Amino acid sequence: MKSAVIVFPGSNCDRDMAVALEQATGAKPHMVWHRETELPDGIGLIALPGGFSYGDYLRSGAIGANSPIMREVKAAADRGVAVLGVCNGFQLLTEAGLLPGALLRNAGIDFICRDVALKVASSQTAFTSGYQSDETITIPVAHHDGNYFADNDTLDRIEGEGHVAFRYDESVNGSARNIAGIVNAAGNVLGMMPHPERMIEPAHGGSDGKRLFDGLVQALG
Amino acid sequence: MSDTASESQQSITPEIVAEHGLAPDEYDRILSALGREPNIVELGIFSVMWSEHCSYKSSRRHLKKLPTEGPQVICGPGENAGVVDIGDGQAAIFKMESHNHPSFIEPYQGAATGVGGILRDVFTMGARPVANMNALRFGRPDHPKTRHLVSGVVAGIGGYGNCVGVPTVGGEVNFHSAYDTNILVNAMTVGIADTDKIFYSAASGVGNPIVYVGSKTGRDGIHGATMASAEFDEDSEDKRPTVQVGDPFTEKLLIEACLELMASDAIVAIQDMGAAGLTSSSVEMATNGEVGIILDMDKVPCREEGMTPYEMMLSESQERMLMVLEPGREDMARAIFEKWELDFAVIGEVTDTRHMILTFEGETVCDIPLGPLAADAPNYDRPHVPTPKAAPLTDIPESTDIGADLLTLMASPDLASRRWIWEQYDHMVMADTIQRPGGDAAVVRVHGTSKGLAISTDCTPRYCKADPVEGGKQAIAECYRNLSAVGAKPLATTDCMNFGNPEKPEIMGQFVGCIEGMTEACAALDMPIVSGNVSLYNETTDSDGKATPVLPTPAIGGIGLLHDIEKMATVAFKAEGECLAVIGASYPDIGQSLWLREIHGREDGPPPRVDLKDEKLHGDIVRRLIDEGAVTAVHDISDGGLLVAVTEMALAGNIGIELDAMDAAFAFNECQARYLVTYRTDAPLDRNAVPFEKIGTVGGDAVRVNGADIPLADLRAANESFFENLMGR
Repeated sequence: MKSAVIVFPGSNCDRDMAVALEQATGAKPHMVWHRETELPDGIGLIALPGGFSYGDYLRSGAIGANSPIMREVKAAADRGVAVLGVCNGFQLLTEAGLLPGALLRNAGIDFICRDVALKVASSQTAFTSGYQSDETITIPVAHHDGNYFADNDTLDRIEGEGHVAFRYDESVNGSARNIAGIVNAAGNVLGMMPHPERMIEPAHGGSDGKRLFDGLVQALG
Repeated sequence: MSDTASESQQSITPEIVAEHGLAPDEYDRILSALGREPNIVELGIFSVMWSEHCSYKSSRRHLKKLPTEGPQVICGPGENAGVVDIGDGQAAIFKMESHNHPSFIEPYQGAATGVGGILRDVFTMGARPVANMNALRFGRPDHPKTRHLVSGVVAGIGGYGNCVGVPTVGGEVNFHSAYDTNILVNAMTVGIADTDKIFYSAASGVGNPIVYVGSKTGRDGIHGATMASAEFDEDSEDKRPTVQVGDPFTEKLLIEACLELMASDAIVAIQDMGAAGLTSSSVEMATNGEVGIILDMDKVPCREEGMTPYEMMLSESQERMLMVLEPGREDMARAIFEKWELDFAVIGEVTDTRHMILTFEGETVCDIPLGPLAADAPNYDRPHVPTPKAAPLTDIPESTDIGADLLTLMASPDLASRRWIWEQYDHMVMADTIQRPGGDAAVVRVHGTSKGLAISTDCTPRYCKADPVEGGKQAIAECYRNLSAVGAKPLATTDCMNFGNPEKPEIMGQFVGCIEGMTEACAALDMPIVSGNVSLYNETTDSDGKATPVLPTPAIGGIGLLHDIEKMATVAFKAEGECLAVIGASYPDIGQSLWLREIHGREDGPPPRVDLKDEKLHGDIVRRLIDEGAVTAVHDISDGGLLVAVTEMALAGNIGIELDAMDAAFAFNECQARYLVTYRTDAPLDRNAVPFEKIGTVGGDAVRVNGADIPLADLRAANESFFENLMGR
């Protein structure tokens, strides 16, 4: 399967994401600069990596969400292409309107980098097909703005429709209903604050993140 | 001074000379070097180049004694950073640098720009930065400023490193009243480059273009280097406008743009603009290349209107670089920097005049012969007196309750868990952090290989105060142990020498003593110093005229090489039933121990002796045991002594330990050259090859000593309590 990693000025997990995608797909992903106006042909999976696109200036993800390539990412998402946004990628997806809600400053004010326990809220998405529902997995977070916020109606709706993919097992950053990751209504766009690409081999301290990529690639065929 | 005509015509009074931090005899030296009076631009340039920070005028003759060579060294001191061979055509490039004064005045920006500066020193040489470390010293925890400073410095280091995307993988932190009004913030960066793609600073090729890239020049940081070369007083906070402001986003773009250009063959020489900005970068490039330089100040990208050449040359605006390009490559290079949305300007060219000439609005505003500026800068032999030897302890206190002492120590400022700090640093970005903070050394994998670089920063300032020579030795020895304890072969070190006012003979004596000890240890342990930085005048005078110098703090940053990260050792106990042993002998050396300070309120006695032969031998043994897989956990014994180290292993593995009976002196002395190791009962260590003593058995959920159980939960709570209480979160 052909995959792509979008690179913004200030992305800093683009290489880590590429390593994880290559491990899962067997092929190097296309690294696509944010100023491009077209995606390579036949891309089945688009990843928006972590980092500080445009320095997180204005709001995390706000400037990058208006980069030229994002028009193509939205069009691809509308066609059903899988889009994975991790950390700053999640922030970009909410700013671009591909996912509901917003990521606010952590409730504890400080940046947080540590392993966290996550509950797989639903294994019924392509992204979570490598897990069992209600399974607890360990994946690190590293963010300053990871406090997921949406109004109560939206929260009720995404919970009711099974769009919550991951929840924190404890309060980590103040996120509403401990939400760590969500999918869109069509189920082909996932945004999550934890970094699965940092937990893909024993040297990282575990491989729970690898199961996301392997499950996703298998589900997408 | 908004008008250049008045700038170049301004006459130089003794007051102006003094404001520039130049002594009258130094000004006389300028007069004879030029054969005339300098103008204000020239005076400004001399003042920063001859500042302590840039010229090393008090320390140069002593630094020369340090061992700097070895077969592993590709480039020693003198360039932006040191370069060490790590095999397979790759090199590690690293350095540590201080940002003490700015961090006290404005902790967030001071610490952040400290990280930015050291990153530039490393990627300037062609390396991709792969790890940041730091060594921090704060005042006593209950000093009114300490909490604010800790909070700001940690946030600043994290704010910069996290955004740039280089993991901050570890460091060290001490608290002591000697740092109440003069904290130390030392930042270290390690990068990796191909040995055939290392870039140096020597300009060459008459007529080659000199190119300015990165951020625009503003009025920030003017005279930063001069500030870093003077004592503090009670009005120091008025110096806030001289603290630079960092932009890690621009730094990230600069890293990517520079590395992209470095993949071509367009760069002749490159130098970052650090302390003293455009002045020191241009002077160093021309001096190292034995050429001349002419710069057109009208072409310097400026952030503000009406900036004068004086301001441009002395600005310490961040995220800027100066390069000499091969002729004809300007357009290709410009395209790369424009892609990354960075300024790119050809501002001058290389000449053969050995002079630095600056022009502005058609006038020559500076013409200085380069010789006197750099190579012939003042080089002082400051008077120094050795620190008197501390009297041996005659009245060694006894402990009534070792368990209670242990709980107190685990919660003490210098031994408490640093988790509160490192969780604010992204220590995993780049996905090659194989050993996270909290162990003896951090380990980052060399990307795409099975090799690892181990990194540790070390210094025990209270030992250096009591005996600078032994303290200097100990700093190197502890670094050697920390690298060895993860299984890495120690390769080389960088030093960051933080001391008080060198014009005082007792302070200069501390400096000379530490250098002597370091020299001996570096030679004995084959850990040459390949880069470094000196920060003097870390001393504050209060309104009563009482001067408080910092503890002598020669912070050492060392790197080591692990050939196979699969074999790496960690401190955590692995399994119940395994044996715990100590390698190395214990002497009744309790002087300067944390036990004496934290339990008995005493900071006296001589520091523990450093036997470099034992250090070498025991390090070799421990690395061999790790390589053979004969040990399951390893921890060096340092601050706090044996029982604290045992407890750290138990907490890391979340398994208890049952210890043989011991007295307080054995539990808490800080004798050197020792390691704790665990091994399986079915694979005991060879008594003929390893000098060890078995002291306990792993198991349970407590540290059991002398018949008492201290639950791990209590020890963990004590260990975590310090930062929670200090920071209120």
